[in-house]
Amino acid sequence: MTNRILSLAWVAFLISIPFWMEDLYYLHVLIVTGIFIIAAMSLNLLLGYTGQLSLGHVAFFGIGAYVSSLVSLGFEIHVLPNTTVSLDPKPVWFAMLVAVIFSGLCGWFIGRVSFKVRGAYFVIVTVSFAEVVRLVSLNWMELTQGPMALNNIPYLTLGIPEVFEVEFIGKVPCYYLVLAVAVFTYVVIRRLVQSRAGRAMIALRENEPLASSVGVDVTRVLVLATIVSAGLAGLAGALYAHYVRIVDPDVFLFIYTVTMVIMVITGGKGTLAGPIVGGLVFGIFPEVLRGFQVQPEIQWITYGVLMILIVYFLPAGIVPAIRSLLPRRLVEGGDGSVEPNATAEARS
Amino acid sequence: MTAPTVLSIEGLSIRFGGLTAVEDLTFQVREGEVLTLIGPNGAGKTSAFNAITGYIQPSAGDIVYRGECLVGMKPNQIAARGVVRTFQKTSVFSGLTMFENVLTGLHLRGKQHPLAIMLGLPSVRRDEERLRAEAWEILKLVGIEARAGEQASALPYGELRLLEVAVALAAKPTLLLLDEPVSGMNPTETADFMTLIGRIRALGITILLVEHDMKMVMGISDRIVCLNQGRIIADAPPAEIQKDPEVIRAYLGERYVRARG
Repeated sequence: MTNRILSLAWVAFLISIPFWMEDLYYLHVLIVTGIFIIAAMSLNLLLGYTGQLSLGHVAFFGIGAYVSSLVSLGFEIHVLPNTTVSLDPKPVWFAMLVAVIFSGLCGWFIGRVSFKVRGAYFVIVTVSFAEVVRLVSLNWMELTQGPMALNNIPYLTLGIPEVFEVEFIGKVPCYYLVLAVAVFTYVVIRRLVQSRAGRAMIALRENEPLASSVGVDVTRVLVLATIVSAGLAGLAGALYAHYVRIVDPDVFLFIYTVTMVIMVITGGKGTLAGPIVGGLVFGIFPEVLRGFQVQPEIQWITYGVLMILIVYFLPAGIVPAIRSLLPRRLVEGGDGSVEPNATAEARS
Repeated sequence: MTAPTVLSIEGLSIRFGGLTAVEDLTFQVREGEVLTLIGPNGAGKTSAFNAITGYIQPSAGDIVYRGECLVGMKPNQIAARGVVRTFQKTSVFSGLTMFENVLTGLHLRGKQHPLAIMLGLPSVRRDEERLRAEAWEILKLVGIEARAGEQASALPYGELRLLEVAVALAAKPTLLLLDEPVSGMNPTETADFMTLIGRIRALGITILLVEHDMKMVMGISDRIVCLNQGRIIADAPPAEIQKDPEVIRAYLGERYVRARG
């Protein structure tokens, strides 16, 4: 119960931010951090719960960004000499939905392809996939404009045209949109990992032979995790596209995957709050340094040192470290654990 | 004893390259009995277990469980048909608590569609409550409910072995394969384990056992199959096995027979 009150307080605090945060630049930092936190949460489902490191996670993010942009902008491409495929511009909410589904399908594909590979080999499959997608986005000029980028991507509007419409343009509406999607992502992942499906994922991470001996279909579980993870990363990418309104092949940069991995690992992989805490630390920290007028080189060095310190002293991440400090009573029923009521029942 | 045959192994052979682990193994397990495989180390007992539960593919032979051929199935498909095993080397979900371990073992008993889970439908919550209650029942049956909230990696060895059995029971087996469950246990723990096997039997679960502890084997088995170098050298009730000259020569040893008098 305390946990529920705590999370509601958190959400209330986040809702209040635009009312007192006057500098729109900081709001921008929060929006981008929020989008990365959504992507990090989706990565955590794979890395933290099934134990499979996807080092190509940015592929799903970028695919989401491109698909959503292209569907909302429309396109016309020549597939065969005399055949063209064209698509008229569609509403942004529809484009975002297509982006989520398409990213999810890519996740399904990766899950199926890599059904027998684990560990380092899974990493290689995902890295290669991301690189292939990046090269496609760079070279398929007709579809993606290559390095010239997709411009003038429309912003999201919701409601009935000419009656009541909300336009998600500018910092404050976009902030609330990102916040809403982040809460949605958190709820979906929380439900998943605290269910039978989530336990099967954890079983795959903890002990694969034992998992299959009690009837867990390991391939099916891994595919489910990659679909949901990729779909949510695609959603983050779509949000990004309609917020910055320009998408180029740089959305596939490897450094973005690394950022997500850092957020998950420093925050605490396999915990629900981990990616959020890690995301806030590594999204906001560089801006804090900038506020102190620190040189960019020093900023990056400090960033690296902080990361190494966290990984060295808190190998399980920030969230598990804090949890181990708290009295046991507060931790019961906490997130991430599969059995909030066990100890209560043990006493009865 | 004319209970129907549930598991039938016909001409099972397992080869690893040039090494023959199991050669032309044929035996049957009958409904409700406790059948024990004994034999010296390397006789092929664990290899036979691995073949029955789908962890290795046999080079030849048939494994039929209740009319269905298990050869070529994946371990999870075999588990779904009621054939569940434990491992010789202690194997639990060590990062989880005891309760979570059993709850994870209940996978096959859960009915939750991924979409229903993500939508947070009430049916999922009801299913979770049912699973928790069942997990609790299993912990009580095995007698480890007092430490339900403790992480498996912090448990003493004896309780870990019990937890393994609890996880296997959670998968709702009709045939339970136990691979050296009491190895490393002290005599009191072994005695307790024997009564646990009695309770499992009472649930109507057939048991196929691999074990070296002769006191336990002779005490609980209905029938014993003795393997040596991949072949069956005897298949008989305990009393006859103890007198079988070939079993004594290959495995039990003269000293065992003298000690029993």
